Amino acid sequence: MNYDIIIIGAGPSGLTAGIYAARAKAKVLIVNEGSVGGQMVLTHQIENYPGVESISGYQLSKIMRKQAKTFGCDIKTGVELTKISLEGDVKSIEIDSKETFTAKSIIIASGGRSRSLNVKGENEFKGRGISYCATCDGDFYQNMEIIVVGGGNSALEEAVSLTKYASKVTIIHQFDHFQGYQHAIDEAKANPKINFLLESKIVEFLGTEKVEKVKVENLKTGEINEMSIAGVFIFIGYVPQTERFKGIIELNQWGEIIVDENLQTNQKGVFAAGDARVTRTRQITTAVADGTVAALRAVDFINQK
Amino acid sequence: MVLGTNLKHIATAAQHNEVINNNENVMICCGRMGPMCIPVYDIMEDLEEEYPHVAFYDMPFDSPEAHVIRNAPECSSFMGLPFTVYYKNGKLVKATSSIQSKAQITSILNEKLA
Repeated sequence: MNYDIIIIGAGPSGLTAGIYAARAKAKVLIVNEGSVGGQMVLTHQIENYPGVESISGYQLSKIMRKQAKTFGCDIKTGVELTKISLEGDVKSIEIDSKETFTAKSIIIASGGRSRSLNVKGENEFKGRGISYCATCDGDFYQNMEIIVVGGGNSALEEAVSLTKYASKVTIIHQFDHFQGYQHAIDEAKANPKINFLLESKIVEFLGTEKVEKVKVENLKTGEINEMSIAGVFIFIGYVPQTERFKGIIELNQWGEIIVDENLQTNQKGVFAAGDARVTRTRQITTAVADGTVAALRAVDFINQK
Repeated sequence: MVLGTNLKHIATAAQHNEVINNNENVMICCGRMGPMCIPVYDIMEDLEEEYPHVAFYDMPFDSPEAHVIRNAPECSSFMGLPFTVYYKNGKLVKATSSIQSKAQITSILNEKLA
């Protein structure tokens, strides 16, 4: 099936791009591998979105999706992008290894996601001793010993918050220093329930029904030891979801998409918006602005052809 | 006490029993409005049209009434929200813990609630 514009991603930038492009009478398809709303749906309460005093990220994403559909966007969610071709005049994507869609222009608004460790047992024990959310799952670990992985603000702050439940929290971090703010480091260091295992990393999760032990490698000596543990919370940062575009469009060293002032990538007719592109500020408002710019420039692009 | 989703809600244990006994196929996501739960509610909303033979519901994990799911033997090893449970003819046939992808959920629906 042919479209004028295909938008990859349905967070605030992708949905806004859809609204603007569809209102400009372009035939638009939005495809999304995750949840509609992207990282926005994970925000409990949004109080700095102009014009709206307070709204949950979940509800704001529902409204944006409804607007995009009302203006005529086709939206496919929970799909897997199995092929992408961004070169030449006709761009194409294949989803779920079965449907192919073509367009004159593509907007990449694929956003970002929490980084995972990618070690043996991580997928198997997700929800059975491995968590990525302290406020969600902390209370399952009352009076138990747990590990927090990471060395940034999230890891340090969540480790402190988890001491409300756990009897002991061990922070495992690959470097000999932390990346978090000094006040977060100081607070974690001052907490008697927290201890530290630096220059170390988890290499495997072990257990039957749930996590019982982890294998931890000392990165200085290469020695691997087993630790008995009830749970592991992983907070190792946030990455742009751009792996699949590597080698197709220009990315920087952090995997962010490099764009010009019109948000066009090094491929003509391919634009990038929101958290996936090079930017210092990642907010819903900036994502929405990016979606607007990318859509209008994409419409210009297809009208010039 | 109900969750702020666009799904149908279960508020009480009695209602839970009514739902699973009056519907052949039921999927219930028992969670909070957190980052691991919301994506599952979202996928369920998407699947309502595609799976008209399945009744999709949510239930607040923190309600005392949610003991019917929290204390199910199939959920005994769970340590991550949401607890998602699938019923066929009133019997719990599958349960998962923590966030799930659309592919994982549809695979269970196709296998257990066909």
